[in-house]
Amino acid sequence: MNALTRDTNAWRLIGSIDDIPSQGARCVENGETKIAVFRTADDRIFALEDKCPHKNGPLSQGIVHGGCVTCPLHNWVISLETGAATGADDGRTASFPVRLDGRDIYLNLESNLQQGA
Amino acid sequence: MSKQRLVIIGNGMAPGRLLEHLFEAAPDAYDVTIFNAEPRVNYDRIMLSPVLSGEKTFEDIIIHGDDWYAERGITLHRGEKVTGIDRAARVVTGASGITAAYDKLVIATGSSPFIIPVPGHKLPGVLAYRDLDDVDGMLRAANRGGRAVVIGGGLLGLEAAAGLKSRGMEVTVLHLMPTLMERQLDPAAGYLLQKELESRGIEVRCGANTKMILGDSEVEGVELEDGTVIDASLVVMAVGIRPSVDLARDAGLDVGRGIQTDLAMCTSDPDIFSVGECAEVDGRVYGLVAPLYQMAKVAAGHLAGVSEAAFAHAETPTKLKVTGINLYSVGDFGDGPDREDVVLRDAARGSYRRVILQGNRVIGAVLYGDVADGMWYNELLKSGEDVSDIRDTLIFGQAHQGGGMAADPLAAVANLSDDAEICGCNGICKGKIVQAINDKGLTSLAEVRAHTKASASCGTCTGLVESVMALTLGDTFSKKAEGMCGCTDLGHGEVRRLIKAQGLKSIPAVMQELEWKSSHGCAKCRPALNYYLLSDWPGEYKDDQQSRFINERVHANIQKDGTYSVVPRMWGGMTSSDELRAIADVVDKFAIPDVKVTGGQRIDLLGVKKEDLPAVWADLNAAGLVSGHAYAKGLRTVKTCVGSTWCRFGTQDSTGLGIKLEKFLWGSWTPAKVKLAVTGCPRNCAEATCKDIGVICVDSGYEIVYGGAAGLHIQGTTKLGTVKTEEEVIEVAAAMTQMYREQGFYLERIYKWAERVGYDTVKAAILDDTGSRRAYYERFVFSQQFAQTDPWSERVSGVDKHEFKPLAVFGEEAAPATAKVEPAE
Ligand SMILES: Cc1cc2nc3c(=O)[nH]c(=O)nc-3n(C[C@H](O)[C@H](O)[C@H](O)COP(=O)(O)OP(=O)(O)OC[C@H]3O[C@@H](n4cnc5c(N)ncnc54)[C@H](O)[C@@H]3O)c2cc1C
Ligand code: SF4
Ligand code: SF4
Ligand code: FES
Repeated sequence: MNALTRDTNAWRLIGSIDDIPSQGARCVENGETKIAVFRTADDRIFALEDKCPHKNGPLSQGIVHGGCVTCPLHNWVISLETGAATGADDGRTASFPVRLDGRDIYLNLESNLQQGA
Repeated sequence: MSKQRLVIIGNGMAPGRLLEHLFEAAPDAYDVTIFNAEPRVNYDRIMLSPVLSGEKTFEDIIIHGDDWYAERGITLHRGEKVTGIDRAARVVTGASGITAAYDKLVIATGSSPFIIPVPGHKLPGVLAYRDLDDVDGMLRAANRGGRAVVIGGGLLGLEAAAGLKSRGMEVTVLHLMPTLMERQLDPAAGYLLQKELESRGIEVRCGANTKMILGDSEVEGVELEDGTVIDASLVVMAVGIRPSVDLARDAGLDVGRGIQTDLAMCTSDPDIFSVGECAEVDGRVYGLVAPLYQMAKVAAGHLAGVSEAAFAHAETPTKLKVTGINLYSVGDFGDGPDREDVVLRDAARGSYRRVILQGNRVIGAVLYGDVADGMWYNELLKSGEDVSDIRDTLIFGQAHQGGGMAADPLAAVANLSDDAEICGCNGICKGKIVQAINDKGLTSLAEVRAHTKASASCGTCTGLVESVMALTLGDTFSKKAEGMCGCTDLGHGEVRRLIKAQGLKSIPAVMQELEWKSSHGCAKCRPALNYYLLSDWPGEYKDDQQSRFINERVHANIQKDGTYSVVPRMWGGMTSSDELRAIADVVDKFAIPDVKVTGGQRIDLLGVKKEDLPAVWADLNAAGLVSGHAYAKGLRTVKTCVGSTWCRFGTQDSTGLGIKLEKFLWGSWTPAKVKLAVTGCPRNCAEATCKDIGVICVDSGYEIVYGGAAGLHIQGTTKLGTVKTEEEVIEVAAAMTQMYREQGFYLERIYKWAERVGYDTVKAAILDDTGSRRAYYERFVFSQQFAQTDPWSERVSGVDKHEFKPLAVFGEEAAPATAKVEPAE
């Protein structure tokens, strides 16, 4: 599993699931990098870099539906699980591992892309 | 051979069908002339109920448009009632003196609604339910609101009641008998139906005998025999119909309950036929289209000289066309000594079914709730098959017969025999549809309707027809998706109508009841649904922030780099030194990179960081500045010129009026943005003639124009009319905005909406009919009380705080394991 192969120090408590509106997102700032943390209608949590693969639109500001978010700038639809653009569009945003412990959200600050996953 | 002359009296559903058969069998046999008392073409009368409820428009239910008559060289005299038939001279005469000679005549005068002659039955506001004029009358009454009393709890009365309810009226149904629809339903099903209607807010009084209708110059109420008085602004009588036979009787034809015919539909005069509700064949008269269509076919065959077919009686199933209520009844269900009943009830699902047997044969069935098996029982009834073998499982329906057939509707349809009737109205069986699909290469529902008529009348069998198509065509058949997005095949109009008709009040309710194909919608449908619900249920529906586009969620406009622009309102384009000073201070304090004057006469602060928004707003609020909604599908700006206050040409105070309009209209959500302008004279410095709504001041008052656009598409406005006072301008602008709010499709600008519904329709409802204008205006005012709060000050005081703050912040270097965590809000 990811968590074992990673630097365990990279896991951070970032807050509670109740801090994020259902079908919404909040941001975590890690130095220069902005990470958008999404909550779906069925209470799954995902984290993506807050940058659309198209023209860097802030995905955290988009509409969350099902397991996807629609970018607010030009309506690309990005998969929350993989960070990849869906449909005819091509591109991928870095995603970050998250895990839920009760209602607490832990985020791993090392992206899956850096891991080559 | 020269053509014979065929004259038809009445242009209802029966003769319409007769002509179709006739022109198919013998296109050149007759020169046809039709007289119709109704001033319109042939339409599907049974679909008036969906027009009343708003689920369809009149155009949707036209059967034969003008072209149809032109192509066949048919003369149609609309609005011309025939007053006499001279059988000796073979001539008919119309009310305005038009005459037509015939070789063959068809009398198809249908029937007239029965009006109970109680005192007051002639008052304005008492209507029957028979034609489009009645529907229009009901819609006018509904638009004014109040209570409707429907007298008669049969098929028509209940469809009228449901339609008026979905149009927003209070509704009471008065029914003389102890249970509803007693001629089609047994008391148990009648009870379930009554409960369902009551749960939709329709009041039902059975055993209610109307004594008189109250009112001096128009309907004010209804008094019952027991002294009860019910206030009403509309009374609809739906207590039965009488075949229209006067004309035939006066002409000396044999008349009983209807115009008597033989099995060839020929009257006592060999050159005169009769079809439809006015005809009495083999001692029976009919009031449902299936037998009338059979009459039409028989008569056409004889007229064309191609068939000697005879009319044969058959039971016609009854269905109620009220969305969400399913009932089905066919045959005979009275009690009798040699009859047996099999009953199945499922209280949890509110469903009920009863099959009536006589000598091991099905003679009747009543289904309420789950009605899918109705067709199967009808098939058993028609075939007269001995059912002793399947008696034990009969009541569970077809899916439980032999081999454990799947409950899958497609499988159920696959198992129907070729002569199972699919479309009851038109008597079309499965084999015929399959054959038409294969022989003619049909691929769409519309084509199948055109070629076979299946599902082309009342439409309740559309799903079955689609199943037959899916089975026949396999994967190549996919329902035409013209829906508002990939989540549904329903278009915006249908969704809007169904939200009202079914009283759907939340996004999950819409998705559930309208069978959304995705679990939570998408970025296209959610904002649209959120808007529709907000506009349809003011004060009841809670705005779903997560279904809004970011600009409307954070009340600022997102820019390409993810920063925002902030535009405060400047009423009518006016500002002051204090406001300008406050803006200057905000720009300096937050280092806002750009300040720009907009096309809408106000100031745009560009490049504000999202985190700074609440603080920026707080400072602007302190100087009295509020959100300009520059991001909203709502009122943007009211642009003005200086008008009579300063300008030497000015005729009125255009600035003052613009400010009043803006203060009245701001805050309301609309399908797309709305921009106004008020210009002080026709020189038009405020560019009113390219706005959604524009006002041009003139000496005698105010000319109102609308439907302009100056974006990707450029379009000048259309004139609505001229009014005298500022108050009238405000009422008209608010009423028009409300009509657009209620009817517009999401993202559809006013000019698109007006093109779709017709500029004449808008003018009639907003300018000409002052009662209707007032009603729209009042609904607008009602909804404004929930809309006019400044979103900026709300957010400054803490609403949606989570939008503007990061969840957590970590430093560049090895952040401590316990980060700064925002407290839960
Ligand atoms: C609201 C509503 C819902 C219904 N729902 C259903 C349903 O779900 N299923 C079903 O099977 N049936 C239904 N019906 C019944 C069905 O519509 C009628 O049975 C059918 O329309 C009758 O057809 P027709 O041609 O006999 O007469 P109509 O369609 O009534 O046509 C008669 C025409 O003749 C004209 N006319 C009369 N006298 C003259 C004259 N002297 N000169 C010239 N023209 C004249 C009339 O103006 C009228 O246009 C419904 C009816 C209504 C009103
Ligand atoms: S529109 Fe007429 S009143 Fe207004 S500024 Fe122009 S000239 Fe003056
Ligand atoms: S005209 Fe085009 S580029 Fe200019 S503000 Fe409007 S949308 Fe943006
Ligand atoms: S930046 Fe996301 S779609 Fe263009």
